Amino acid sequence: MGKRMSRPFPARLTLAGAWLAIVVLAAIAAPLIAPHDPLAQDLLLERLPPAWVAGSEPGYYLGTDSLGRDVLSRLIYGAQIALVVALLAGGAACLIGSALGLAAGFFGGWTDRVVGRVIDIWMSFPPVLFAILLVAVLGTGLHSVIIAIAVIDWTRFARVVRAETLNQSRMDYVDSALVAGQSPLGTLWREVLPNVLPTIGVLLSLEMGIAVIVEAILSFVNLSISTDDPTWGGMIAEGRTQIHFAPWVLVAPMIALFLTVLSFSQFGEGLKDRIDPVLQ
Amino acid sequence: MALRALISRLLNIVVTLIGVAVVVFVVIRVAPGDPIAMMLPPGASDADIDRLRALYGLDKSLVEQFFIWVGGILRGDFGTSISIRQDVLGIVLGRLPATLELATLALVISVALGFALAILGARWRQTRTEAAVDLWNGMSLSIPDFLWGLLFILVFGVLVPLFPISGRVSPSLDLGYATNFYLLESILRLDGRVFLDLLAHMALPAIALALPMAAVIAQVLKQSLKEVMGLDYVMLARAKGFSDYAVIWREALRNAMLPTLTLVGVQFTFLIGGTVIIERLFSYEGLGNLAIDAVINRDLPLIQGIVLLFSVLFIAINLAVDLAYAALNPRLRHG
Repeated sequence: MGKRMSRPFPARLTLAGAWLAIVVLAAIAAPLIAPHDPLAQDLLLERLPPAWVAGSEPGYYLGTDSLGRDVLSRLIYGAQIALVVALLAGGAACLIGSALGLAAGFFGGWTDRVVGRVIDIWMSFPPVLFAILLVAVLGTGLHSVIIAIAVIDWTRFARVVRAETLNQSRMDYVDSALVAGQSPLGTLWREVLPNVLPTIGVLLSLEMGIAVIVEAILSFVNLSISTDDPTWGGMIAEGRTQIHFAPWVLVAPMIALFLTVLSFSQFGEGLKDRIDPVLQ
Repeated sequence: MALRALISRLLNIVVTLIGVAVVVFVVIRVAPGDPIAMMLPPGASDADIDRLRALYGLDKSLVEQFFIWVGGILRGDFGTSISIRQDVLGIVLGRLPATLELATLALVISVALGFALAILGARWRQTRTEAAVDLWNGMSLSIPDFLWGLLFILVFGVLVPLFPISGRVSPSLDLGYATNFYLLESILRLDGRVFLDLLAHMALPAIALALPMAAVIAQVLKQSLKEVMGLDYVMLARAKGFSDYAVIWREALRNAMLPTLTLVGVQFTFLIGGTVIIERLFSYEGLGNLAIDAVINRDLPLIQGIVLLFSVLFIAINLAVDLAYAALNPRLRHG
């Protein structure tokens, strides 16, 4: 292991955590803090610039899109969808991948070979194309997006958790537990899992960021939930078409997406530095 | 690579390919929409529907359909696209060059940038330069290609309009080229105007694809350069009066090559996966953009063909990396 260098971001856990807290609060309090109905169209108010640009209307802080919908309100409601996807899709991928990784690493033999083979097959698909294909097959909608992300991204957990479980299984404490009469499954659950858990936590944080991006990509190609509903990806798609007339429609969701993805990954990296020397 | 290892590697690939074919087939046959219904005008009779269904082989059992499909693929017959009504293999191969050229350009950029950053960081290790390299790497890694693409569209397409932000080549240029490898053909024809036009169109999507990969290469290569530079023989070379760059160039880089090679292989498949959305973002007429259209049009044969081609590409890259690794690694070469 090489020498530790000075950290570029000593406070990155705090900064990342702070932004994520803002997103969570915005999502929960959306009906209270959003200045307008995110779906309300008003063609008299279309493409209003943000508050600090000449020609803006009071109350529309980040301007409006081509249908006169308030960008800030859509951004706030979009946080709800981003978070739901991050939690559910990330959580489901984590559960499936960790369970298979633990089993493959701990039991070895044919379990390991089968899981390894399936991972090989999964890794032979371009993930974004796989996700688009699954959503097309399952039908558009939030549940399809969540299922698609979980079905594709469990391998990220399975590969790392398998390797980490394999390391742990070779250690003396596992043998002692087995000799002391604990069942293999009990040993896996009570002895190995707690030691693999920090790794899983780091991966989960990274995966939640990936899930937010994938949802945005699916919304961007119009395969997530309905186009009226406020999603950051949908706003980006709308902004892309308006880029020469109303660039703020694109900029606002881009910044939200950027900060959220950056925060999830920096939060994961920060956790990694703190708790787990093995992953470095 | 020992012959036995090679054979077992090839057998593995065959099993993986069969698995890939099964997954693609199963996923697509779960599709609830009826592609046949979409092809016919409203008011088509049941007999018309049945006839068309039989034409595309959709009236047989799933197992039969699978073997017919696989048998066709082995003969090079990937079926007929439902939305474009042409041979799938022909359509897909027609678009492949655009994607390959984009991915290759992105690969070249990311390797060049990754090496430059790594050498810079290793040469000026434990200084502000290295900290800056680390910060840049951290940023490029945290930002996915999709966001880089959007950022470039905004900055270079709108604020400082230096590059075109959509398409592969300016419509005003009448190419009339023999192949779809436009970039390659423009080089061979010494057609500077077309070459620069193509490059300008590819620049933003290629850099968006390249940045995350460059960061991974830079991180790993820099770490291994720094480790090698602490070794005795490198210290000796420096004691003999070789400059830092000379040492990096002659000694450290050679040793850091193998781990970097494996990494480049894996990362290149991620990069190719990224072309799907990046091509969409920049309206670049490659395979990825075609794939999204195919999904939206529920064009099953076309989707199957594209996904399969991507998988074969991924598997081929991994195999090529393994073979290159075996050829370059002296310990494996004589094993």
